[in-house]
Amino acid sequence: MKLLITSLRLVVITMLVCVAGYTAIILGFAQMVVPARADGSLVTKDGKIVGSRLIAQKFTQPQYFWPRPSAADYNAAGAGGSNKSPTSSDLTDRAQTNIVASGATAENPLPAELAAASGSGLDPHITEHAVLYQTERVAKARGLALPKIEALVKQQAFATDGVFVSDRLVNVLELNMALDETK
Amino acid sequence: MNAILFISFIVGGTALLSWPLGRYMKWAMDPDKPNGFDRLFHRFGGRYSNEPQNWKQYCVAMLVFNVLMFVVSFGFMALQQHLFLNPDGKGAINLDCIFNTAASFTTNTNLQHYSGEVSMSYLSQLCALMWLQFVSAATGIAALTAMARGIAGRKDMGNFFIDLQRATFLVLLPVAVIVAVLFALGGIPMTLLGAAKATTLEGIEQIIARGPVAAFVAIKQLGTNGGGFFGPNCAHPFENPTFWTNIVASVSIILIPMGSVWMFGHIVKRLRHAAVVFAVMLVFLVAKIGGAVYFEAAPTQAFAGLPIEQTTGNLEGKELRFGTAAGPLWAVLTTSTSNGSVNSMHDSLNPMTGLMSMIGMWLNATFGGVGVGMINMFIYIVLAVFVAGMMVGRTPEYLNRRIEAREVKLAVIALFAHCFFVLAPTGLFAATDWGQKTLNNTGPHGFSEIVYEFSSANANNGSGFEGLGDNTIPWNVATGIVMMLARFIPIFLPLAIAGSLAAKKPTAESVGTLGTESVTFGVMLGGTLLFIGALTFFPLATLGPIAEHLMFMK
Repeated sequence: MKLLITSLRLVVITMLVCVAGYTAIILGFAQMVVPARADGSLVTKDGKIVGSRLIAQKFTQPQYFWPRPSAADYNAAGAGGSNKSPTSSDLTDRAQTNIVASGATAENPLPAELAAASGSGLDPHITEHAVLYQTERVAKARGLALPKIEALVKQQAFATDGVFVSDRLVNVLELNMALDETK
Repeated sequence: MNAILFISFIVGGTALLSWPLGRYMKWAMDPDKPNGFDRLFHRFGGRYSNEPQNWKQYCVAMLVFNVLMFVVSFGFMALQQHLFLNPDGKGAINLDCIFNTAASFTTNTNLQHYSGEVSMSYLSQLCALMWLQFVSAATGIAALTAMARGIAGRKDMGNFFIDLQRATFLVLLPVAVIVAVLFALGGIPMTLLGAAKATTLEGIEQIIARGPVAAFVAIKQLGTNGGGFFGPNCAHPFENPTFWTNIVASVSIILIPMGSVWMFGHIVKRLRHAAVVFAVMLVFLVAKIGGAVYFEAAPTQAFAGLPIEQTTGNLEGKELRFGTAAGPLWAVLTTSTSNGSVNSMHDSLNPMTGLMSMIGMWLNATFGGVGVGMINMFIYIVLAVFVAGMMVGRTPEYLNRRIEAREVKLAVIALFAHCFFVLAPTGLFAATDWGQKTLNNTGPHGFSEIVYEFSSANANNGSGFEGLGDNTIPWNVATGIVMMLARFIPIFLPLAIAGSLAAKKPTAESVGTLGTESVTFGVMLGGTLLFIGALTFFPLATLGPIAEHLMFMK
């Protein structure tokens, strides 16, 4: 009985401090210092929410750059990966559809990230290389000159880090928004 | 080269940080004389928190508090549809899933048979799950503190209620505040608003789930909890938005497990011994990381022969922003500690990389969970000392106390339980529809899904080969039971051993004693881990990942 009473007291006090107090401190800090990030890094256009810069969205039209395949069909309220083994023939079949959609050939192979589904199904980035792979399609659909788009890509691409040099990445949603602004 | 630099930076940097943390943890958990915090904690705990406890009383107090943890969190989840802080109107959850989740978070496992953003209200996320992430981690740290006191020869093992508050308020909370602030700055959402509704550039509606994520993710990493706010865990951009948040999270995963070893050394007053144990753990950790990075550099086998350009290893189930080495590194860190969060989908790891994750959970002591990793290692230490004693024909001793039949028996029972809870249910589920009907992959990889699930439940890890359709009554009940037995048996038995050691007269060290501060001891301990682990689990490894590797990888 005395153990139960003491335990109950600890439930109340840990709940007050670690749930109410801790959450309030972090919430207050985030909402005051980085309010836009705290609300999900939402991106607006003409005052309407068009997505989050951290979350991939579905692009299938030729005038837009396409993100990585998503096993969750870009559902940002129920995300997930394919959870298929890399040896699974299901992945081979899925990759075939990506190859057909992007017209890849042995001479012009598809960058792997455009065939491999991301972990969350919401990976907002592709590499600069995978963007450039798509520029021809986008340029044709928009009737824009290739160099103009390539310049835009170069401007948008960023190194994820300074020290451990890796591929330069591009945020697909931001690139597509910038593209819509380009005449 | 970059991979080596990246890994040394994270593992080496954390090892350095763990040294001052260990000193601090000793000060916080086992102060030499009562301080102001103790008086405060006595006031919070009431008059019964003042009494010294022996190992049995300590275990009973822990059990009572943990039962209450289970009940309270169960209540919040079961009633969430009627309560507040539910902006997206989440409905009722199946009772078997609630049972599994309450067991999972109470035992510091965080195995998740639900998807956070789909099923849980913010109230459940905070008051049930995040609360348990604090107090279940604190339970582990308290248990290690008590065990170390016993090994140091103190019959009074402290008081669980005071230790729990020390671990929660002095160790976990301050570090969690720092990490949560870094996460919020890094772009992890922290809001009580419901999901955002967006209309994409192509005109489709996209519902974007969010919530008080930064606070949740900080303690989930630090307390080796690992349960995600979202289904894809730290692969989700809202749990892990950048290269840098990924580094902070990686460090957070191993920081307190590493610090626990130093705290143990300080309490038993044998820092050199702790350094040998630390070194053994580190060697195993680095070996697993090396294996994982090597095997994961192989491209996705399913794409072989297709017009696909593969230059950076297997990308299925990975996010690009973390860089190439971050996935396999995390896969090892999260399973070597009992964390279980993921930044790539483990089901889609190359077969042998998946094996490295399984090895982490099978050993569960390199570095293991907060507090409990060192407790698990103590079981191996007892056996190593015993075997070494047999080899030279002397009575085995550990830190000036004789290891006799009773201690060895208890250690073997703990080890047997560890093996049994993986092997027996894996056999059962692999042989019946309970397992076979829930697989997402065929052949040896399907078997690996079952092996992984029970290894994870047993190690109180919580990661999974998530393709497994595990939100079924057999899976929820079986893993729920495994998690609870595999949590408390390996805590209570070592505490019993420590209690029994504390009751013995100290012996003087002689030339026949195996010095616990020597390289020989380190080799003995490493060998014990390796042989016991390999003898027990090699058949599973062969039928699952090794078979898949040999059959499919070219």
